[in-house]
Formats: sequence, structure tokens, C-alpha cells
Amino acid sequence: MKLSYYPGCTLKTKAKNAEDSAIASLATLGIELAELPRWNCCGTVYSFAGDEELHQLAPVRNLIRVKETGNDKVVTICSFCYNTLKRADLLVTSNPEKMHTINTFMEEEIDYEGDVSVVHLLEVLRDDIGWESISEKVQVPLKELKVAPYYGCTLLRPQDIAIDDVEKPIIMQDLLKALGADIIDFPYATECCGSYQIISNPDFVSQRAWDILSSAVRRKVDAIVLSCPLCDSNLGQKQKELMQTHSEFKGIPILYFSQLLALALGLDLEVCHFELNYVDPRPLLKSKKLIP
Amino acid sequence: MRIVISTETLYSDFVKKVEAISEQTLPSCYQCGKCSAGCPMCFAMDLLPNQIIRLAQLGLEDDITKANTIWICASCITCSVRCPRGVDLARVMEALRLITSRKNIDQVQIPAIPKETIAELPQLAMVGGFRKLTA
Repeated sequence: MKLSYYPGCTLKTKAKNAEDSAIASLATLGIELAELPRWNCCGTVYSFAGDEELHQLAPVRNLIRVKETGNDKVVTICSFCYNTLKRADLLVTSNPEKMHTINTFMEEEIDYEGDVSVVHLLEVLRDDIGWESISEKVQVPLKELKVAPYYGCTLLRPQDIAIDDVEKPIIMQDLLKALGADIIDFPYATECCGSYQIISNPDFVSQRAWDILSSAVRRKVDAIVLSCPLCDSNLGQKQKELMQTHSEFKGIPILYFSQLLALALGLDLEVCHFELNYVDPRPLLKSKKLIP
Repeated sequence: MRIVISTETLYSDFVKKVEAISEQTLPSCYQCGKCSAGCPMCFAMDLLPNQIIRLAQLGLEDDITKANTIWICASCITCSVRCPRGVDLARVMEALRLITSRKNIDQVQIPAIPKETIAELPQLAMVGGFRKLTA
């Protein structure tokens, strides 16, 4: 199976570890991710304004790119891209007038008619491949690795684009279980990390990061697993500072779910790019005998 | 907190503008406080989210503008998914932000961001932040 793939800005720069591990894993699972030609920024944060459509042009233009390839489905790996593209599609499909305005504005493009479905990689793993098939392909079971799935906001909210239950999601738990890991639930799994406030109120994001990380540490979690590059940055980059302000805090690795997928599938460790993680997970993975 | 209520503010263009941009019906809120109870950023807010929507219902624009609340909101949408009255408070917050941003007022001074921060942060943090916090 070949699926259209929308990468977005961060996966091509700071989150190569998410992208490379995801593409390689899917190839092993029989799905080729074909990067969209001429993709542009998704808009990053969805615009809530009801009185203007300008901010919806960028995501809709990407959906037109998908349509041009002849596909009716596009996969995202970044949670923010998923949210923005999915919500833009939902907005125009539920509002023909807005769809008409946008199509008229983008005269040079073919019309978008709500003909592309936006899915996140986790949904592909659950719905197109299935946990059992993934489990059968595991070469390196993540035995005794205690992981806490962390969803953040954009995969789950608002409700109409949620990839799973809004308050009690299990999709990442199911994946990690299939990979042989021990799952530890923690109460901050669906709470916001502070998001883009990192550029204006970094201290408040430190407080959020501390609440989330310390909760995981209290539950004796080995690593937090997530999908969103902004959560990864906020929870990962804040740790140096938090180790200084909280002397008892020794740090906790943050991993993309796709890195653990690639590891468990026995892929070349190069595609995992563990060296790019903000907190080096290799000592932990070595201690669990998951990497040499 | 003491507030002055008047028909002047109650029926002001401000209330209509917030409703038009947010596509929400402000009087739907009955002040249960669930939005504030679940807000992950409320520890840093001058006024709680439920207080902001109450002030918006009453058209008290100045009181809202004086508080930092709308600029601390991280658009996580927890309030919206939990509201028993179906009010999308995240959209109300955005409407309130836009009323200021559309006057060409920035909350983040981009040139003042240190180079190291720009080098460290992922692109989506900056694009997202600029879109929510600048004109």
C-alpha cells in the first residue's frame, strides 16, 4: 500500500528522529509513505476565527496537493499538522459556503471538494495494519521498559477530530503493548505542555513541564512516549533547567512512539536517531538490553 | 473583584464582535467553572477562564484587556471539550485575542527573542506562537 505523506516543517529539521523512524517502520510493515510534492506550511495552529478564511488557505492547499496525486488520504506524523489539516478539511466539508470562498480565492488551483481524508500515523497503525500484525513483526520486544504514553492536545481535541477517546485514549498504549513494553498510565497523559507559550512565557512552560515530568517520575516511568514535536521540545529541552531547580530530578528520556516502533521491529538503529533526542535515551535502552 | 454593569456595555459592539468572531453564544455559559477547573495554564492567569467569559457576556472589554488571561491561554481546548453547555471557550479566547491583534498590537516582540532560543526551538513553536500572539 502506498499513502500520501505530509511531513511539515519540524519533521524535516528538529524532528528527523520522528520522521526517519516512522518511514522506515511503515516500509517494514508494508506501507510506503510517498511525500507530497510541493507541500507548504499547514498553518501550525488552527485558526478559530469564524469571520475570515485566509488562515485556512494553507492547509486546504495541501489537501489539493494530495488530490492532485490521485490519492484520497494523507498521513501526518506531526500532531500539529494532523490537527490543522484535519480541522481545515472538517471546516470546509461542513460549510459549503466557506469551501466555495476558498476555492474561488485560489483560482489557480483545482477545486477542493472535501475529497481527502487526513489521518495520523497512529491511526494507520491501528486501522490499516492492526496491533496483531505489528506484534507478529516484533524482533526486539521492549521487555521491562516502563513507558508512559503522553498524548498532549492536538491528537485529541477538539472532539470531532480526536483519533481516540478524548479523556481516556488507549491508542498509544495499544501500540506499545504490541511492542512488548510495560505501560504506566499517568494523570497528565492528555494535559497540555504549555505549547507555543514557550516563546512568550517560558517560565510557565517550565512549570507545566515539571508537573508532567515529576508525575511520571513518581510513577517510576523509564521514558515518556509521545507524537508531538512541540511537546517533545517543551518536555525535553526544559529538563536541564529543571534539574537545577529541582536537585532530586535526574531527568527522564522522551521518545517518539515511532522510534520505539523502529527499535522493536529490529530496524537499523540509524533510523531511530537516538542521538537527536533532547535527553539521550541510549543509556536506558542499553540497561534494558534493547540496544548494544 | 468589583465590576460595574451597565446597559451600555451589555449591548455594546464588543459583545457582538466577540460572538461574531467566535461563532459562540456567550449567554449559554452558566458559570459552572469547569473550564477553569481543568485549565492547565490557570495557575498563571490574573483572571480565570470562567471569569473572562462572564466579563465578555457583560461587555466589560477593559477588564478583560487588563488581565493577562487571553495571552496565557495555550489553545489546548480542554475547556471546550468539557463545557456542559457546549461553549467553545477556546474560540472565545481567540476572538478576544484577535480584537487586540487586529489593531496591530503584538504580544511577542520577535526581534527581542534571543538567537539561542530561535536556534533551540522547533519551527512549529515559533510559527504557532507568532500566529497566536502577534498581529
